[in-house]
Amino acid sequence: MIRREVTILNRQGMHARPAMQIVEASNRFASDIRILKGALKVNAKSIMEVMTLEATQGTVLTLEADGQDEADAVEALARIVLEKFHED
Amino acid sequence: MKFQDFVCREALIANVTATTAREVVEQMITQLAAAGRVPKKSVADLVEAVMQREQKGSTGFGNGVAIPHVKQSEVKDLVGCVGRSAEGIDFNALDSQPVHLFFLLVSPKDKPAEHLKAMEKIFRSAQKEHWRRFLKQTDTEDGIWELLIEADEEALV
Repeated sequence: MIRREVTILNRQGMHARPAMQIVEASNRFASDIRILKGALKVNAKSIMEVMTLEATQGTVLTLEADGQDEADAVEALARIVLEKFHED
Repeated sequence: MKFQDFVCREALIANVTATTAREVVEQMITQLAAAGRVPKKSVADLVEAVMQREQKGSTGFGNGVAIPHVKQSEVKDLVGCVGRSAEGIDFNALDSQPVHLFFLLVSPKDKPAEHLKAMEKIFRSAQKEHWRRFLKQTDTEDGIWELLIEADEEALV
């Protein structure tokens, strides 16, 4: 299992379209992928769950993947977040 | 954030008569205008903006739920409207299923945190299968309001 912290950088935070980018990217990997915010832990492959993170600009999230492609998965998701979901 | 903090009680629609995606959005925004929560002259623009947002990806996120929304700089306060269609409407949902429950949100562009809080409330509640089922079966506006209050109170536990 691997983990990586990322900070939400874009001004509008992780609203619906960014969240969908995360969910779609997650579904391309075989690994189980979770996103953590404090005590809250959600399945990164479910839009219904990802949207409960309430991840505003500045929020620190932990990406966690477990499986054969875990390193690639975490790398791909972190990149999406750090590239500000192609917003701003 | 609670539903009571942003959903306009006067704009609830227990029996949506619309049969298409655009019509349901129109019906809900018109209702918000009638309740005085968005300017009447902005209805057409808001409908257009919501539909343009849908073009970028449907907010029919599955399980019969859609959350059409728009962020506008002219809007001062976040406001939401809830509509229920017994028959269901094709909303190009991710799971290709008809949508029965609509949570329409109009948010001020400069308050992204408020928008995310309202979204969190909607998604967290909509995850609950029993709550969705009750809402889908409710054919009165008072019934919808009671279920929204129930979701607000559950969140306190």
